[in-house]
Amino acid sequence: MAELLPDHPDFLWRNPEPKSSYDAVIVGAGGHGLATAYYLAKNHGITNIAVLERGWLAGGNMARNTAIIRSNYLWDETSAIYEHSLKLWEGLPAELEYDFLFSQRGVMNLAHTLQDVRDSVRRVSANKLNGIDADWLDAKQVKELCPIINISSHVRYPVLGATFQPRGGIAKHDHVAWAFARKADEMGVDLIQNCEVTGFVKNGNRVVGVKTSRGTIATEKVGLSAAGHSSVLAKLAGFDLPIQSHPLQALVSELHQPVHPTVVMSNHVHVYVSQAHKGELVMGAGIDAYNGYGQRGGFHVIEHQMAAAVELFPIFARAHLLRTWGGIVDVTLDASPIVGRTPVDNLFVNCGWGTGGFKGTPGAGWTFAHTIATGAAHPLNAPFSLERFVTGALIDEHGAAGVAH
Amino acid sequence: MILIECPNCGPRDETEYQYGGEAHVAYPEDQQSLSDEEWGRYLFYRQNPQGLFAERWVHSAGCRKWFNVVRDTVTYRIDAVYRLGDPRPTVPGETP
Repeated sequence: MAELLPDHPDFLWRNPEPKSSYDAVIVGAGGHGLATAYYLAKNHGITNIAVLERGWLAGGNMARNTAIIRSNYLWDETSAIYEHSLKLWEGLPAELEYDFLFSQRGVMNLAHTLQDVRDSVRRVSANKLNGIDADWLDAKQVKELCPIINISSHVRYPVLGATFQPRGGIAKHDHVAWAFARKADEMGVDLIQNCEVTGFVKNGNRVVGVKTSRGTIATEKVGLSAAGHSSVLAKLAGFDLPIQSHPLQALVSELHQPVHPTVVMSNHVHVYVSQAHKGELVMGAGIDAYNGYGQRGGFHVIEHQMAAAVELFPIFARAHLLRTWGGIVDVTLDASPIVGRTPVDNLFVNCGWGTGGFKGTPGAGWTFAHTIATGAAHPLNAPFSLERFVTGALIDEHGAAGVAH
Repeated sequence: MILIECPNCGPRDETEYQYGGEAHVAYPEDQQSLSDEEWGRYLFYRQNPQGLFAERWVHSAGCRKWFNVVRDTVTYRIDAVYRLGDPRPTVPGETP
């Protein structure tokens, strides 16, 4: 006789019907939207909030990323917001009372050319000046830290060294979202799934409500946190964003014994690899070239990244690709996010995190919550305003973004 | 992998081409009088529609000529291919 099914585990959040009005509405229940709601409630005491989600909670890029966390960016502005984020990551499992397997196994960024080496050493120095842990490793030290890596000089792009951030690592992305969702829900935030935003209600140039597939909701403040769909929402609100949406693919192998102790990223040969707690090798690559909202890309991009992965890790040659998928990433021209005010009053935007938004989840939420609560920039997100595309004060992070945009 | 019909060489795999983003973005005619806002719009802002998009491709591994394509950014289906300088065609099912 078949065993009885176990009881359904407790639900982590309620599924309330939307109310007719809220103090603030967040559009998008991904990691960033949930973190924003959590910090609005926790840091600013604003709990009459709805987080609206077109699909299911954390079903977009939060479910599709490769879960890498680090803060070793080049410029002061970027390293400041990502380092704030990393410090929050370090306290979040205890604060959220949820072990989402944050594993600080270190992140290595390989250098394969002389220019790579120069840029990497410069970035290590910049990181150290900003109080961020960073080391330059030569090829032998790379091999000591990650024995399966091929440092032979007889490959097309030999490993010449790497930057290493010991405090970097990975976390279970789905569980991060659920941890934020549970705590936000406990503080009174309404998480509303299957609720698509179809328009905005404005009074003059001020947003006063959100039209949704489940009715119109009055609100004084709206925060957009919709990653790849930010342009679509901005259009509904009557303004444009300087972002382009692209497919970004990732993949996993079947489960293997632990062989890969850290996270390895290579800008130059274009692959990044870690081994998940369960044992699958998790890999990602660069974006597909064309604009796309299809959550899928071309297989030649996967082939290209597999070629790079097998040259770096010959042991992977017999691993099997189990599953590939794609997300939609919102890319800016300077590879830096946009967090702040928009041309519409009381409508704020958090987007443009491109290929690297997961690691920024707590920092984005923390600073975006400040902006929504106060109507003003947080010191950490002030440089990432929309105005920089007029003033020209761009923050060019293409080198440290880890992936060619 | 998208199959793209080059106007000069015929249908070829996407890997033979490179992408050029939004089509029909004209260089500003009177650059001296442009404000910072207008320069910002020209340099950094491009359409990013969910649906039909007029965009540029170049056949790098073939005739090396640029041309324009109308493609659906959700299905990735190509609805029209046309030469530079030609106006954007209306595709079947689209309201002009």
